[in-house]
Amino acid sequence: MELNRRKMLVLGTAGAAVTAFGALPAFASATEDAIAKFTGGADVGEGGVELTAPEIAENGNTVPIEVSAPGAVAISVFADGNPTPAVATFKFGPLAASQFAATRIRLAGTQDVIAVAEMQDGSFKKASANIKVTIGGCGG
Amino acid sequence: MAEGVKPRVKVPKTASAGETITIKTLISHQMESGQRKDDDGNTIPRSIINRFVVDFNGENVIDVKMEPAISTNPFFEFEATVPETGDFKFTWYDDDGSVYEETQTVTVG
Amino acid sequence: MTRTTVTGGRLIMAAAASVFALAAYAGPDEDELVVNDEIEMVTKTDAPAHLDGLDTIYSGWRFRSDETQAVQTDDFDNPAMLWVEQAGEVWKTAEGSEGKSCASCHNDVDSMAGVRAVYPKWNEAAGEVRTIEMQINDCRENRMGAEPWKYAGGDMTNMSALLASVSRGMPVNVAIDGPAQSTWEKGKEIYYTRYGQLELSCANCHEDNWGNMIRADHLSQGQINGFPTYRLKNTKLNAVHSRFKGCIRDTRAHTFSPGSPEFVALELYVASRGNGLSVEGPSVRN
Repeated sequence: MELNRRKMLVLGTAGAAVTAFGALPAFASATEDAIAKFTGGADVGEGGVELTAPEIAENGNTVPIEVSAPGAVAISVFADGNPTPAVATFKFGPLAASQFAATRIRLAGTQDVIAVAEMQDGSFKKASANIKVTIGGCGG
Repeated sequence: MAEGVKPRVKVPKTASAGETITIKTLISHQMESGQRKDDDGNTIPRSIINRFVVDFNGENVIDVKMEPAISTNPFFEFEATVPETGDFKFTWYDDDGSVYEETQTVTVG
Repeated sequence: MTRTTVTGGRLIMAAAASVFALAAYAGPDEDELVVNDEIEMVTKTDAPAHLDGLDTIYSGWRFRSDETQAVQTDDFDNPAMLWVEQAGEVWKTAEGSEGKSCASCHNDVDSMAGVRAVYPKWNEAAGEVRTIEMQINDCRENRMGAEPWKYAGGDMTNMSALLASVSRGMPVNVAIDGPAQSTWEKGKEIYYTRYGQLELSCANCHEDNWGNMIRADHLSQGQINGFPTYRLKNTKLNAVHSRFKGCIRDTRAHTFSPGSPEFVALELYVASRGNGLSVEGPSVRN
């Protein structure tokens, strides 16, 4: 493309527009929406929840994770880089000996995984972990 | 019913009253996410197990809402309290309406 | 500090492993594999005498992350055992014109302990080296009067995994001399032949570059003591000839077919490079 002054101006304006647009606040991400759906929009504090996950996952198809939140009623897990962020929600019944669960999940790429716990008093706590997902070689 | 779905559960056969036991479950299921495309470029429709419930003598242990991000052949591990002799009942609910069930008896000695 | 949690504490972590991990070392780790708290696996040992290119041989298990390794330490955690259980049912089910099942002749599958460890093996009556899959189809056609299974199909790979599972922990010990020698030499020639547009031989990756990274993956010695293997990548059991096909395809070559004489010879040769490692199948890999 041959750049002349007019085209430069147009490009410049478009660039400025994108910058302004990007600076607009409060475009909640799909993950924030999903978390808000679980919490009903309540504040989410830190601590009291443990999320155990590998720093590097050899294959995004099967990533082992563990969540634990003593005294929680439920723990919901979200993956902020997946096409849909929700992963699973564990509700603990009266015969759960602990508020702990382990499972294997799919991650579409390197991203943050977030565990949000609903505590008995109605408050919410969260923990997150960044998991790097490697694009494999040949697997051997 | 999705083909070849087979549940496996690992529960100790005996426990003492009030003991905490670890339970593991695995069920063979494709967990088709609804995100994949076939060779012709058509989206393969979602077909997953969307809920997993464990009860003991009618009282709930854990109730899991499962999304497409759960891996093929879903695996769970959790801890339960065994107050008395009785049956753990495991139930998996499929998108297609199928229900897969498994029962394991634990004897309190 | 490590965030790794190994369920059940079955992995014995050597201090050296974490030091190497910090240095992004891509080689094998020093973890020890014990399955179900009882089957002690040899995952590292001296290379067999015939093998000039390696001093020490390592199971592919040593090259995997702790999380992947842990899945193989317990039969409940290992999804491959779902299909082993299915094959256990098939073992006892009569099929074909003779009304026989595998169990009709072989009784309990435990009687097959040790069989996997010595295959591929010379068959005197047939005058050829046979893989365990060939032997299974021979039984199906000539003893049971049943249709043969597709060489690397699901039914076959499940049965092959069942047979491997009862030999777990026993050392791979394929014979390479006597009548098997010419097949072994043919397999060795294939191993060192460069194929495809990338002009890569098996040896270029698995003998010359094991322990290095291939893209983001740790390159192993390409041992096959763990086959059939459950791969996280495709979440199913994979037969060894399917793996060979995948490797040769990755060199951008036309590949041999599963069950072809070339792959039978290659399997004998590659198996012999792992003589001394434990039978691990069905293993878990990425």
